[in-house]
Amino acid sequence: MLATWTHIGPAVTAAFLASLVEAVEALTIVLAVATVRGWRPAGLGALSGLGLLAIIVVALGPLLEKVPLYLLQLTIGILLLLFGMRWLRKAILRSAEVIPLHDEVKTFSAETAELRKQARRHEARLDWIAGLASFKAVLLEGLEVVFIVIALGAGRGILGPTSVGALAACLLVAAVGVVIRQPLARVPENTLKFAVGVMLSAFGIFWTGEGLGVPWPGTDFAIVVFIAMFLAVGLAAVEVVRLSRTESFT
Amino acid sequence: MNALKLVFHELTGLFVDDGALALEIVAVVILATISHTAIPNKPLAAGGILLFGCLGALLFNVWCSCATKSRTP
Repeated sequence: MLATWTHIGPAVTAAFLASLVEAVEALTIVLAVATVRGWRPAGLGALSGLGLLAIIVVALGPLLEKVPLYLLQLTIGILLLLFGMRWLRKAILRSAEVIPLHDEVKTFSAETAELRKQARRHEARLDWIAGLASFKAVLLEGLEVVFIVIALGAGRGILGPTSVGALAACLLVAAVGVVIRQPLARVPENTLKFAVGVMLSAFGIFWTGEGLGVPWPGTDFAIVVFIAMFLAVGLAAVEVVRLSRTESFT
Repeated sequence: MNALKLVFHELTGLFVDDGALALEIVAVVILATISHTAIPNKPLAAGGILLFGCLGALLFNVWCSCATKSRTP
């Protein structure tokens, strides 16, 4: 059950990169709220979201120790497969230009426009509405971060390193956001999602197999092989889809 | 009630975006479990089904999404 560096390295990297993506998305909404109504409702909403997340972690954390290991591995493995392959599929379709790229500037504009529209209708309650938007963004994106940290760390007792990876990403995004006070539109979000999708899918295969009792050859090193396979298939899929779209347009 | 619906929707949305892909993944896991139960002396067969099944499901789903998108004007 001892974790090796071939396990800890990819797990911490995946937690860091995934949290970076989620934190950038949450920051966009918090900045939109701050732009329309100031930092007070934005900050209070974000802090409340973080507080509720902390309560969820403290309340649910000890329950994990009571779940039998094989069941924990199987459940986490299947959830990681669903989560990771969902990200990977979307990243492939975006890279192949089948669906448009996620645009932080567009999200920021849409959120500020919506808050301004609400301002005209409910001027008196707007601080609440704005704070709620900030709270919801931090809570929902934060839930994804919590899930990723638990999923990558719980099965091998490396919750500490994966939490540090996630926390580092969130603090980095928060610091950059406070300094530049603009959505982080230059973060290559799709590339990050592609990489994280590959890693989470690989961990999903590994944990689901472990939960079923599959003795993976090379034990933890199998994760590196799975990452390479998902990466190769993902990149090949982007090329094939791009080629087929080019041919169908000519 | 609306808040509860929203929370449920957001939570399921974390794992299920395209319903077909989620179903394909679950089907692959069920196949791997059946294989592991039916031939317990060859546990790597279940691993192979899991790995190649998921890779196949991903390719199939991407291809179908692309085909559907190109048919849509």
